[in-house]
Amino acid sequence: MTLFSTDHKVIGKQYIGLALFSVFLGMLLSLVMRFHLVHPDTKVRLFQMLWPEGAPGGQMTPELYLSLMTMHGTIMVFFVLTTAPQSGFGNYFLPLQIGAHDMAFPVLNMLSFWTTALSLGTLLLAFVVEGGAPLSGWTAYPPLSGLGKITGPGQGLGQDLWILSIALFCVASLMGAINIIVTVIELRAPGMGYFDMPLTCWGWFVTALISLFAFAVLLPGGVLLLLDRVAGTSFFIPGGLIVNDQVQGRSGGSPLLFQHLFWFFGHPEVYIAILPGMGVISTVLSVFSGKKVFGYKAMTVAMLAIGGLGFVVWGHHMFISGMSPYSSIAFSVLTMAVGVPSAVKTFNWLATLWGGRLRFTAAMHYALGFVSLFITGGITGLVLGQPGLDIYFHDTYFVVAHFHLIMGVAAVFAIWAALHYWFPKMYGRFLNERLGKIHFFLTFVGVYAVFVPLHFAGFVGNPRRYPDFKEYEFLKSVTGLHMGVTHAAYFLAAVQLIFLFNYFWSKRRGAVAPGNPWGATTREWTDD
Amino acid sequence: MAIAILIAALAGATLALFFQPRWWFPEAISAHARAYDAHFLVTLCVIGCIFVFAQGLLAWVIFRYRDRGQAVTGSDGNNTLEIAWTSATAVIFLGLALAGQGIWAGVHLEGSDPRALKVEVLAKQFAWSYRYAGADGAFGRVDVKQIDDAGGNSFGIDAKDPKGKDDLTAAVLRVPVGRPVELHLKSRDVIHNFFVRELRLKQDVVPGMTIPLRFTATKTGTYEVPCSELCGLGHHQMRSSLVVMTEEDYAAWLAEAQQKVVLP
Repeated sequence: MTLFSTDHKVIGKQYIGLALFSVFLGMLLSLVMRFHLVHPDTKVRLFQMLWPEGAPGGQMTPELYLSLMTMHGTIMVFFVLTTAPQSGFGNYFLPLQIGAHDMAFPVLNMLSFWTTALSLGTLLLAFVVEGGAPLSGWTAYPPLSGLGKITGPGQGLGQDLWILSIALFCVASLMGAINIIVTVIELRAPGMGYFDMPLTCWGWFVTALISLFAFAVLLPGGVLLLLDRVAGTSFFIPGGLIVNDQVQGRSGGSPLLFQHLFWFFGHPEVYIAILPGMGVISTVLSVFSGKKVFGYKAMTVAMLAIGGLGFVVWGHHMFISGMSPYSSIAFSVLTMAVGVPSAVKTFNWLATLWGGRLRFTAAMHYALGFVSLFITGGITGLVLGQPGLDIYFHDTYFVVAHFHLIMGVAAVFAIWAALHYWFPKMYGRFLNERLGKIHFFLTFVGVYAVFVPLHFAGFVGNPRRYPDFKEYEFLKSVTGLHMGVTHAAYFLAAVQLIFLFNYFWSKRRGAVAPGNPWGATTREWTDD
Repeated sequence: MAIAILIAALAGATLALFFQPRWWFPEAISAHARAYDAHFLVTLCVIGCIFVFAQGLLAWVIFRYRDRGQAVTGSDGNNTLEIAWTSATAVIFLGLALAGQGIWAGVHLEGSDPRALKVEVLAKQFAWSYRYAGADGAFGRVDVKQIDDAGGNSFGIDAKDPKGKDDLTAAVLRVPVGRPVELHLKSRDVIHNFFVRELRLKQDVVPGMTIPLRFTATKTGTYEVPCSELCGLGHHQMRSSLVVMTEEDYAAWLAEAQQKVVLP
């Protein structure tokens, strides 16, 4: 396996490796945050060693907490949820499933992986530069992100590197999207029509289409933000600002413009993370029910509807942003509408199980867990999609709970299902089934224990992105809740060691797998 | 098998949490807040039913069709079913969307009340200030160059404008109970957010814009205002208060504060 291989299988594994590194890094950052939230005054020598500037004497500063939060979100959204399901598994299995020898543009494929790696390196560099990583969150709203150091430590070079990293990631994703789209259109085996493709391929295809349009908007958004910072332009900076007692000589820009550009990408991004997983779940449920997927056509139409409608709902992230309250009504109706194809998929999954003979492999466990989490996480979208109700929950822990369940945890369960299902194809060996199931059960309990209670912090009105809750009388009531969540998070993180062990151990020592171990009917198991 | 039980148990535990009284909305102190709570309850009942139905069905299907060597019987598609569940969810989801528009319209689509007490709200990293028009009912001009936080002129009220002579600024928002209030939200630097939990109101404060926010508080008391849009390293400490007073207390406070206005 050469480093700059143009083989889609190697590149797929490289993407999965990058995501595996990123997900554990992102998880460690979240553990540090969860610790600090419940022990805000505890000095930790390790923090001082890691971040001498951010944690003098081991006491974590608010700006360090916020920078960890920014990096956690950025790493998880871009380098895990966008990378593993689409670029990782898509690269490896799309050509195999449609009978192509490789992706349409192998060199471009290699370049997109290495651009992604460069993007990750650029992002991580922000940790060690002067001022540290940016504190403006993964959404990087200007003017906070647009004016440089004056708005806070980390808003200097750290924020520049963050923008550069995101721009590189956009370029990499655009290259990857073009590759997948062309591969699907041009390289399907003779006689294989679009509606003969497995749903996994539909997932990757629709996701590539979404990526093409979404990243093509985020990229210029990032470039304009960078220009505001380094070239003195005012795309997002209005006139008359006084920051830190200094008058800013800018005029004419609009902070809301950035939010429109960002969420035009940002909402479809949710579907970029989850659609490939939906394809995987459909396959796994079908194989281990011993049945075809129920309503294949409806499932493809639902994916296309999600992809299309996903582009006209971004305003639900901006109900309280100050944009026209009339547009909120339109965005609200469209948002509730995009919930319909998601519900249709859930019904079709249940109908796929109906009348089957269910084999409870580890992959099947994760797939069933996905469906449960998809329901739990998705259903609160019916609250947040209404501007009248969002007006209370916006930017509270209710939102944190919602998107972690639906976009984070559900998507990661799909990754686990995919890994357990396809590991035999990728490495010729099984992931250990028993360890897989133990890991599933502990993780499933863990994610419910972490994320369900956070909704209730939202009921209390607990704002997100607070490094501690000491300033407010009303937040005293959630101290115990956060303590419980933090301990559940420790537990959840600890049981991931089971997965890590299983992954590396099984690669070398796992039981040797036969050619088509699950009795599947798709081409990746039968061709070679 | 075990997973069916676990899904049912976790769904049950999730449901049970909704019946604890400890972590819930604070008291509602306006007609809007009470309408909010009522519509939220409707939404909660709807999604609660969907949740129980979907998780219950999932757990039951897993249990019912576990591998006992039975023959596979189910079908792989049925257009009538597809149409039925697509239209059913569409009706429920869009119905909720439409039913909820009333509370949104109540906050943002009703015009200005001429009787409303107008207060300007200024946010900056990391503090809030409030400006009242004073006895003449008119706000004085502002001039960026005259901003002086230490000297008590955060707004930069222009000393040359007679209308600004009686303008009153304060660090706490005081309003009389039962009277319509219209806030004009402004930011000096980055985006902040004005949030009063008891009013069920939240609004971003965006530099370069003046955003109105209207409410009528119906219960006296002191309510915390936490900044709810990430604004920098002091975001979590950017705290203010809303004090809802009786008309008499408010009048007394206003008279006293008015006397102390020191003109720049």
